[in-house]
Amino acid sequence: MSDLSGYTPERTDWGRFALRWGLFVILGLFALWYLAPLFVMLTTSVKTLEEIRTGSLIALPREITFEPWAKAWSQACSGITCEGLRPYFFNSILLAVPSVAISTVIGALNGYVIAQWRFRGADTIFALLLFGCFIPFQVVLLPMAKMLGLLGLAGTIPGLMLVHVVYGIGFTTLFFRNFYVTIPADLLKAAKVDGAGFLRIFVSIFLPLSVPIVVVSIIWQFTQIWNDFLFGVSFSSAGSQPVTVALNNIVNSTTGVKEYNVDMAAAIIAALPTLLVYVVAGKYFIRGLTAGSVKG
Amino acid sequence: MAPVLTIRNLRKAYGETVILHDVNIEIEEGDFLVLVGPSGCGKSTLLNCIAGLEPITGGSVAIGGREMTKAPPKDRDIAMVFQSYALYPTMTVAKNITFGMKVRGVDSATQKRKLEEVARQLQISQLLDRKPGQLSGGQRQRVAMGRALVREPKLFLFDEPLSNLDAKLRVEMRTEIKRLHQDLGASMVYVTHDQIEAMTLATKIVVMKGGVIQQIGAPSEIYNRPANMFVADFMGSPAMNLIPATVENGQVAIAREGDEPILIDLPGGASLPRDVVLGLRPEDIVEPGARSGAHVVPARCKVEVVEPAGADTYVVSRLGGAAVTARLSAETQARAGQPLDVAFDLGKASFFEPQTGARLN
Repeated sequence: MSDLSGYTPERTDWGRFALRWGLFVILGLFALWYLAPLFVMLTTSVKTLEEIRTGSLIALPREITFEPWAKAWSQACSGITCEGLRPYFFNSILLAVPSVAISTVIGALNGYVIAQWRFRGADTIFALLLFGCFIPFQVVLLPMAKMLGLLGLAGTIPGLMLVHVVYGIGFTTLFFRNFYVTIPADLLKAAKVDGAGFLRIFVSIFLPLSVPIVVVSIIWQFTQIWNDFLFGVSFSSAGSQPVTVALNNIVNSTTGVKEYNVDMAAAIIAALPTLLVYVVAGKYFIRGLTAGSVKG
Repeated sequence: MAPVLTIRNLRKAYGETVILHDVNIEIEEGDFLVLVGPSGCGKSTLLNCIAGLEPITGGSVAIGGREMTKAPPKDRDIAMVFQSYALYPTMTVAKNITFGMKVRGVDSATQKRKLEEVARQLQISQLLDRKPGQLSGGQRQRVAMGRALVREPKLFLFDEPLSNLDAKLRVEMRTEIKRLHQDLGASMVYVTHDQIEAMTLATKIVVMKGGVIQQIGAPSEIYNRPANMFVADFMGSPAMNLIPATVENGQVAIAREGDEPILIDLPGGASLPRDVVLGLRPEDIVEPGARSGAHVVPARCKVEVVEPAGADTYVVSRLGGAAVTARLSAETQARAGQPLDVAFDLGKASFFEPQTGARLN
């Protein structure tokens, strides 16, 4: 090895300073670029229609009004009904919460079995489930419609739930399987010697370890199901539409004047729950990561 | 009384690959059996088969005289300590130790009493509320042993329990396990690849290679009368010298480069084939005059390497084309490149068949 004592850094302090600030400026510009639409949405949603017509798109509101928000929530018209987003928002909650819970539980059990209770054909089944992740939504529309019809669930929230659970299992299984393969096999063996059975080991030993991956699964599934439009528009009927479909209907209703402020408020309302999940669960995610890093 | 563990004709295969061939082992109450062998010899698989964690392909396993070949681990009356300790990471030390009792439905008063008893025995009472992540390697090891001890099983199984510890701690824990065995009088099966652990702990050693048992015996028997060249080479540090030699007219001749061969009278007039491999422990090559008898033969060897090891000095020479190590006292005058007078003590010499490696005497 060469002697390092005579080494002098080529880059001066000033050069390092410029590089760092250059980086900040570039990152700042990107952040502005991405935040611009949100800014426009927020400002537009609290402007009056009059101000939108006369003012500039990126100007700050001269006077703030929350009327568009109230209208978007409870009065905006989609098609022939004028109840705002509210009923559809609750449809989405009714749809997303059980779907996320069910697909996460099934994924956890699948991952546990595939990663820890090795059985003949486990890899094949995992590969097939994985393949399910790559099937485009459009491909399953017709077979799924037929299935729902046969089950008598067409146009209902439970039907839509079933679609999302089935579609989500591939992803949740993948998450949990990849998490559980990193857990040493000795842990399962020790529990077996201690006399614990299949479910006991899962509930007492594996689930408490799984906080970080449960949070990942919840964030992923909630975002997918809440934001889904295609399944929602295909498999729901007038009373069971999720919020995304309602939002589309409100924005595309062409009766009377185009109320941009109401449209913007509706869009933000529809996006709020996913934001909330990221903010709340993201914190648990980090906490879960550090708690789970305890090695056995 | 029925033997604690009886394994008959055990066979284990994954498809076409045979991992264990026809294993037969029996141990009595209070035995400390050590399964030793290089990596991949099947010793851990055998332990898992005893525990019931791996199904066996053929043969039978009985524990405490009861047939257990198909029984699940929980019914075998065993406890196991794993190489990775396998502590439940989200549970406290106390919960780790009592988990098995909780699963078996032991009442909480008994759980508490046993926990305290074991914690005192292993000196971990002050750690009971900690999580495994907050413990050092040695402490985790103790907790893992505590989890096994509360079970009070018929048979303890240890799967390389010390191999994750640093050298100093390993020696300490080794002594501790030995003391535990003496105090409890329990029966144990212990897997290791470390032949020193095997020698120091065992009352009975099983040496394995490639899924086949090479030799079963007491440590002294394994050390002094290895059944074949593999066992001779594997057990003991430095390893037994294996020197190619020829037998003629009741004398063993060891060829030397650029010198007359060393001729040694065969002890006990054993009859041997012409070509043999002479197995001689390093401590049986001594300073001249250190031992006496008809089987001690002086010879002058050229020293290649001198390795001081504190209490002893290892002196390496070359005989019959093989490197030969002598364990001499630290005061030896041996210098690399110089000739040195030594004496060969053939009193405990082993002779092996060069092709098959089997013991001849």
